[in-house]
Amino acid sequence: MTELSALPGVAKRLPAWLGPVVILGLAYGVVPLIGSSYLYEAILTPFLALSLAALGLNILTGYTGQVSLGTAAFMAVGAYAAYNLNLRAGLPLLLDIVLAGFAAVVVGIIFGLPSLRLRGFYLAVSTLAAQFFVQWVLTKFSWFSNDSTSGVIDAPSLHFFGYSFDNAVGRYLFALTIVTVLTALAVRLIRSQTGRNFIAVRDNEIAAKVIGVPVIKTKLLAFAVSSFIIGVAGVIWAFAYLRTVEPAGFNLDRSFQILFIIIIGGLGSIRGAYVGAALIVVFPLVLSRVGEFLLGGLFDSGVLDMSQRIVLGALIIGFLIAEPDGLVALLSGTTRRFRWRGRNLQSASI
Amino acid sequence: MDGFDYQFFTEVLVGGLLSGVMYSLVAIGFVLIYKTSGVLNFAQGSMLLFAALTFVSLTEHGLPFVLAFGITFGAMVVLGIGIERAVLRPLVNRPPITLFMATLGLSYIIEGAAQLLWGTQVHGLDLGIEDTPLELSGVLISKFDLFAAAVAASMVALLTLFFRYTRIGLAFRAVADDQFAALGIGLRLPRIWATVWAAAGAVSLVAGLLWGARLGVQFSLSLVVLKALPVLVLGGFDSIQGAIVGGVLIGATEKLAEVYIGDYFNGGIETWFAYVAALAFLLIRPAGLFGQRLVERV
Repeated sequence: MTELSALPGVAKRLPAWLGPVVILGLAYGVVPLIGSSYLYEAILTPFLALSLAALGLNILTGYTGQVSLGTAAFMAVGAYAAYNLNLRAGLPLLLDIVLAGFAAVVVGIIFGLPSLRLRGFYLAVSTLAAQFFVQWVLTKFSWFSNDSTSGVIDAPSLHFFGYSFDNAVGRYLFALTIVTVLTALAVRLIRSQTGRNFIAVRDNEIAAKVIGVPVIKTKLLAFAVSSFIIGVAGVIWAFAYLRTVEPAGFNLDRSFQILFIIIIGGLGSIRGAYVGAALIVVFPLVLSRVGEFLLGGLFDSGVLDMSQRIVLGALIIGFLIAEPDGLVALLSGTTRRFRWRGRNLQSASI
Repeated sequence: MDGFDYQFFTEVLVGGLLSGVMYSLVAIGFVLIYKTSGVLNFAQGSMLLFAALTFVSLTEHGLPFVLAFGITFGAMVVLGIGIERAVLRPLVNRPPITLFMATLGLSYIIEGAAQLLWGTQVHGLDLGIEDTPLELSGVLISKFDLFAAAVAASMVALLTLFFRYTRIGLAFRAVADDQFAALGIGLRLPRIWATVWAAAGAVSLVAGLLWGARLGVQFSLSLVVLKALPVLVLGGFDSIQGAIVGGVLIGATEKLAEVYIGDYFNGGIETWFAYVAALAFLLIRPAGLFGQRLVERV
């Protein structure tokens, strides 16, 4: 081992835990001191909610290979369950959020049952059933929104252990903490036997069955884990970001948005969810600035909306063609190239 | 309620069957593409919107019907060839689900482009068919629905004849059967795909005009695709007969359910009922009514 670490390049390699620790240090220590409330409310909090939802979908689609078009429905289940638990049960808010995740699990398993017999497109279409059914239930039965008009719910104030998280920074920290904990758990899960089972089912279901992977259990577990994470992401979306939500906010477009995040970021990668979500959140803002700069008054909100759709669509196709592993592969490819170059230089100097 | 109102029941049933034909019309476009290139083309709805919007805008600029139809047809053919070039060819040999996601992106592009080009306002579309009810032994039937059904029927007949009796149709069937074998005997896959996408564009033009006359030409037209998906699931993705039978079945059960059991659920169940019905059916027959059964070997 001593010889190995004495080799140039290997010794220079940073430990794997350093990256996350530095990012968390910045997110907890530096960002709350320097950011404006616009940064928290319009960029960071929606980024966190979307990346968590994308992480959940990535476990189902990226790792286990079951395409779902009903992500927003599970977010809605989480958000409305947390709202009702908080309103009616009088439990601590943190417990509400966990239970809301489990409510999403129940719905997720019910709509995951067809995956035991259906594959590919048939399954993708059947997850649309979840999308429409959940949205219909939440709009039609006003009990879920405490009889408010058109199903709108208002988020409760965020209090934990006597501290209030009701300002912009507080909501950001609340979202950040939940996302950090769930991401850590997801990473553990993916690196365990269960995570390898997910990948085995994705790559070849029959081969997985032959080597003894319990396919049915694995698929349902993927649906359950993914729904839990997506449900909690829905709670963050409703409680920390928008504060006032209606069922129509969790529509098919939202589901597609999250699917696009993992395609752009990287299917089957934890980091992909974050990179993709960052792009999806920041890109409309950049596009509107650039459009205004180039076209001036011609660039109204309608044109912006349409050009956003076009650029987004083109990005999806571009990534699928040029880099199916997403931005993550692009980024790590770049760093690897740099590292290789460094190594070659070093060996040349020896 | 005393006794069962058979006349009302028949009226609902016929209305449902005919509106189901409208679903089939959209579903046929999917089947064409799925059969030959193995792609579930989610962009079918936006192609429909694009066609209808282009046609309406041209007629509003004073072009006669035939000329506008011709130009739109040309545009759809160009679009089909463009899609083959820019999207399908680079993605050849990728898993089908990747292609599906690419068509999701494609639908965003086409929707955005169509509305950037022609604006987002709602256009009325009058095909010159009166929507007066026709009375047949006490049952009222919409004339427009009958017309749409006739169009769909003739389109299916045309496609069937085309697939069965022309050389290109034969080539299509060969590609649908086995892509590698088709390549092996010298069929030019890119050209066939471009033709199929152009044909699907033409189908979406017809469907777009009929749906546009029904709903008005606007963004929500592209959501018609969501009505066609359960039809495809029920009928099987690769069968034109399946698309017709599935469409009619879905249309009828949907209308009957809305009228007879919708009240127990506060109404509005048509957004999801078709999906749940198709799903329940799939659990019994995973390949749909007419779909090819997948044989798995270990």
